[in-house]
Amino acid sequence: MAYVFFGYFAGVIALTAVLVVALRNPVYSALSLLVMFFHVAGLYVTLRAEFLFAVQLMVYAGAILIFYLFAVMFLTEKTPDRYHIQSWGSLLIGGAIIVEVVVLIGQHGISFGSSVARTAAPSPSEEGNTESIGQLLYTSYLFPFEVASLILLVAMIGAVVLSKKDLPEVPPS
Amino acid sequence: MTELGLRFAITLTQISVIVGIVIVTVLLLTLAERKVLGWMQDRMGPMEVGPYGSLQPFADAIKLFFKEDIMPAGANKFLFTAAPLLALIPAFIGFAVIPWGPDETWEIGGIAVKPFVISDINVGILYILAFASLGAYGIILGGWASNSKYSLLGGLRSAAQIISYELNVGLSIVGILILSGSLSLVHITNAQEGWFWNWYAFKPWAPQFIALAVYVISTVAETNRVPFDLPEAESELVAGFFTEYSGLRFAFFYLAEYANMVLVSCVASALFLGGWNAPYPGTLLSLIGFPSLAWIENTMWFAFKTYSFLFLFFWLRATLPRLRYDQLMRFGWKVLLPIALANIVITSIIVFIQEQLK
Repeated sequence: MAYVFFGYFAGVIALTAVLVVALRNPVYSALSLLVMFFHVAGLYVTLRAEFLFAVQLMVYAGAILIFYLFAVMFLTEKTPDRYHIQSWGSLLIGGAIIVEVVVLIGQHGISFGSSVARTAAPSPSEEGNTESIGQLLYTSYLFPFEVASLILLVAMIGAVVLSKKDLPEVPPS
Repeated sequence: MTELGLRFAITLTQISVIVGIVIVTVLLLTLAERKVLGWMQDRMGPMEVGPYGSLQPFADAIKLFFKEDIMPAGANKFLFTAAPLLALIPAFIGFAVIPWGPDETWEIGGIAVKPFVISDINVGILYILAFASLGAYGIILGGWASNSKYSLLGGLRSAAQIISYELNVGLSIVGILILSGSLSLVHITNAQEGWFWNWYAFKPWAPQFIALAVYVISTVAETNRVPFDLPEAESELVAGFFTEYSGLRFAFFYLAEYANMVLVSCVASALFLGGWNAPYPGTLLSLIGFPSLAWIENTMWFAFKTYSFLFLFFWLRATLPRLRYDQLMRFGWKVLLPIALANIVITSIIVFIQEQLK
């Protein structure tokens, strides 16, 4: 049963991830990304990580992707074609990544069964994983957590500063 | 296999009962809204269909059902059809974790069933928030797919508005999560048993009524209701994101908006006002000797609290004028957000001191 669900979610994730870059209409790309986020959330459910499931939907699907759609609808009115010009450099980078993937798989082999067994192994604690995540974040991972929040704060302030237009002085009438 | 089948049948029954109740509530609301608005503005409201207009919702439903289904030229057919469904599903899916009555377990055919909640998952409130945030897709895609500038502007406005105010909804309930130590709605309502001062809105030393005010204001904005109905401001945008919609598709958007109202009212009464708990300990029915019927009283209290919130929605609509768009954004980010954050800080300090004094 776990294999069926994992296969379904993984398959749809791979398919929609390809569609995000392959579809010509940017709105469809965004929607395909939405479907992908849903299935990633589904994977979290099979891993019994309900908190991550909810956060995945809320943050990625509910907030970030809406902003993508927002931008796409504003910027690509009738001419989405300019997003489909690929430079030769991307072919080079893509080729390098494919070679890397092939090399990695060649070294370790595809251990599909063992990875599924590993994910099923950690028994969910009785208290639920929201509490465990909170405990871990504020004890073992306190420093990385604070660093991450500081980086996000800096990014936020940077965005505010960048988007702030210097309004011309309005002469008092 | 029979056990699985029985479980399946029970869950399906629960789902259909709850969806039925919600749809009937929505039908009632469409009439109640016009009646309440009418009385508040010294009018009669609908009077033509049935006695005192009581059959008006059915007349409306039949009218919408038989209307011609118009799709504007140049509209994106697939998304134009999908958008109303994308708005409707998130509005209904949240009801799965709402506890409608006492946390009892009934034995049906050898299977323990919780009759008053479809699924008691331990991230219940996050689940509702997650799916509520997806409701924006229906609106923004409906606006875009209509191939009309009014629809597009309405959809974009609504996306910005929903994201801004959903943040305040999330932050306003954090105080309750600190007090209860759980994300499960069943657990949160159980913790508010006893007299009404055990409800989190009036909880001694850390009352959450300010959070309740922030929550209600933000949900009014999130469901696109007056005074925050900028996405469908008819004086500026014709009818906003559903300008081009007609017939059943329009009815779906309408249904989604009202189901969302019911959902946020249910959440408000479950989180802040004790859910199905009566304002006194226990129930009157069990006091006079019918403990097996106590759930009727409890569900009635839940219904009463939810309908009070829904009445508040109508009341606000009859009272307040619409805000301007920049006022709406400034109010959300510069007034409600700091209040919600301050509420979290104060609540956690009080809870910390209480823990130390124990």
